[in-house]
Amino acid sequence: MTVKTVKSLNIDIKHLSRVEGHGDIRIRVEDGKLAECTWAVVETPRFFEVMFKGLSIEMAPILAARICGICSISHALASARAIERALKIEIPGPASMIRLLAKHAETLQSHSLHLFFLVAPDFLNVPSMIPIMHTNPQVAETAVKIKWFANRAADLLVGRSTHPIGIKIGGLTQIPRKMQLKELAKDLDATIPYLWKTLDLFKGFKMPDFVRETELVSLRGVNRYPFIGGDLISSDGVRKEEDEYRSMTNEYIVDFSNSKLTRLSRESFAVGALARFNNNYDLLHPKAKEAAEGLNLRPGVHNPYFYNLAQLVECFHVMYESKELLLELIDLDTSKFSIHYKVRRCEGIGAVEAPRGILYHYHRISDEGKIEKADCVIPTNQNNGNIYYDLHKLVNELIVQGMEGKEIERLSQMLVRAYDPCISCSVH
Amino acid sequence: MKYLGITLERPKIGVFDFTGCEGCQLQIANKEEDLKDLFDLVEIVNFREISSDRREDYEIAFIDGCITTDSEVARLKKIRKQAGILVAMGACACLGGVNNLRSRFSLSDVIREVYDRHHINTGPVRKVADVVHVDIELPGCPISKPEFEWLVRHLVLGIEPQFPKYPVCVECKQRLNSCVLDMGLMCLGPVTRAGCNAVCPRNRLGCWGCRGPSEEANFESLIEILREKGFTEEHIAERVKFFNAFSGVLNSDR
Repeated sequence: MTVKTVKSLNIDIKHLSRVEGHGDIRIRVEDGKLAECTWAVVETPRFFEVMFKGLSIEMAPILAARICGICSISHALASARAIERALKIEIPGPASMIRLLAKHAETLQSHSLHLFFLVAPDFLNVPSMIPIMHTNPQVAETAVKIKWFANRAADLLVGRSTHPIGIKIGGLTQIPRKMQLKELAKDLDATIPYLWKTLDLFKGFKMPDFVRETELVSLRGVNRYPFIGGDLISSDGVRKEEDEYRSMTNEYIVDFSNSKLTRLSRESFAVGALARFNNNYDLLHPKAKEAAEGLNLRPGVHNPYFYNLAQLVECFHVMYESKELLLELIDLDTSKFSIHYKVRRCEGIGAVEAPRGILYHYHRISDEGKIEKADCVIPTNQNNGNIYYDLHKLVNELIVQGMEGKEIERLSQMLVRAYDPCISCSVH
Repeated sequence: MKYLGITLERPKIGVFDFTGCEGCQLQIANKEEDLKDLFDLVEIVNFREISSDRREDYEIAFIDGCITTDSEVARLKKIRKQAGILVAMGACACLGGVNNLRSRFSLSDVIREVYDRHHINTGPVRKVADVVHVDIELPGCPISKPEFEWLVRHLVLGIEPQFPKYPVCVECKQRLNSCVLDMGLMCLGPVTRAGCNAVCPRNRLGCWGCRGPSEEANFESLIEILREKGFTEEHIAERVKFFNAFSGVLNSDR
């Protein structure tokens, strides 16, 4: 048998395309050995932790949203939750239901953007979604219908999908009318067939074969698949309370990246759809489980390319659960959607499952109701280390297989893309 | 391509991101209903967030984000050289946006707070017009989807876009919204440039001024009204400065 190990290779991808934000992949092989393999986050920092300082707490969720154009609802929710937990405020039931629905809208919009616009072109061998609009109009139509519904839901529930308007400390600025909720439920019904079409599409995409067993960290749901608040768990058996987020993330700084990295029981861990799926499979909606079976996706998977599939399964979950939440809300007295609060010196943490994984916001508040200190730990922060180690293992395996440079480049890009990194967010 | 009997060229468009959240670009990808029509109207030759195609022959450049590093300055200047029309897109590009909130502290303090003693390449927050000539400013945080489309139609037809000169307050009244100022909320709608269809007051949040000042805005009068309603100087200042849209307006700035 001849071994066709790759002797030398130089891959230098500046500002990887079809991801949010700026990251570079550098791979160098010399004498058949991996000399360099980096996932470098070169995004310029914005220093949000500093921006928060001295602001009135009412401004915090509005500023937090600006951390990310894609998951701004998650940021607003985590920031509001941190302050509400600090002040020991319990928001009215209908407000938490609307918040969860808005969260679901964001998950659907973010996952569908990723699956169709960022991932599908790799499997259809095109540079972007734009040619697909002509070559596979039915795929484009499916993408557009799902995204349209997700954005329409966010617009109705919290005013806007990017930089929401309706989330305020103590609840919501207003609540949709019953009539509007009924119309949204109808639109939801009309969108569900497109999800099943998406499932058929992704059944036809063969995910690359690669496994690196890693620690998976997520919230742990109580009765429900987790999205807002709860205990923190890892697949290595760690369980902590929301307040202990620092010892769950252990941020550290490296030279090659403007994003801080994190670790828990091993050199790296991963968060996001695959971690949630593995840690909370039992809590998925039956229809989501059905979708998972259709994709041959079972808990215990450690192939990072399966992030794509886990996201699709979550689209099913959020759609079907949204339907139930809407029907429940329509029968509920929704007149109380916000409560008054008094400020005092305190501190609090809010953890939320953003589309790409656990997001933490911490705020310390002064007696005058000003933010004294803020801290944010971002999902992609937590994934960047795992991507780095995955990339090493993947490239080493491909070198030994004697894979062509072009193919190594393609699979490396697809690996990073599978995590759906939100790089601006991770540098914040 | 023909439109209303007129032969049109499909302008080549590039979308470029700098220091920001990329939410304005996302507004473009979120134009679901007419995304295909939009992409048929122009030729997208460079849009890293959604495409691996990267051509350098763009005629119109949309710039998302503010400018904070020397390498960004160099990249922006290169884009300016190529683009016939350069559009600053969103509050970060037009005003520096919320990024300016860090300018209240010294750069070394800013870096130390987040990265301790680690070296980080960053500089002061600059809006796009601080670095290169800007032809058109498309305001908002984020930009409004309909307004983006409206602008593209103008660019394709070669008509100079006329942005509203009147304030958000006018649009808000047109939508028959209850006045949030009357409801006791702070609102900068009376002095902020319209075009957003008063989306924040519509959703029971006062305007935060993300689109910058309207023409002939009467700041003194609004501030007087806010004082009468019991808002403190500090509270007013905090709101006015949030997006860096009204520098020099407050007495404390002068």
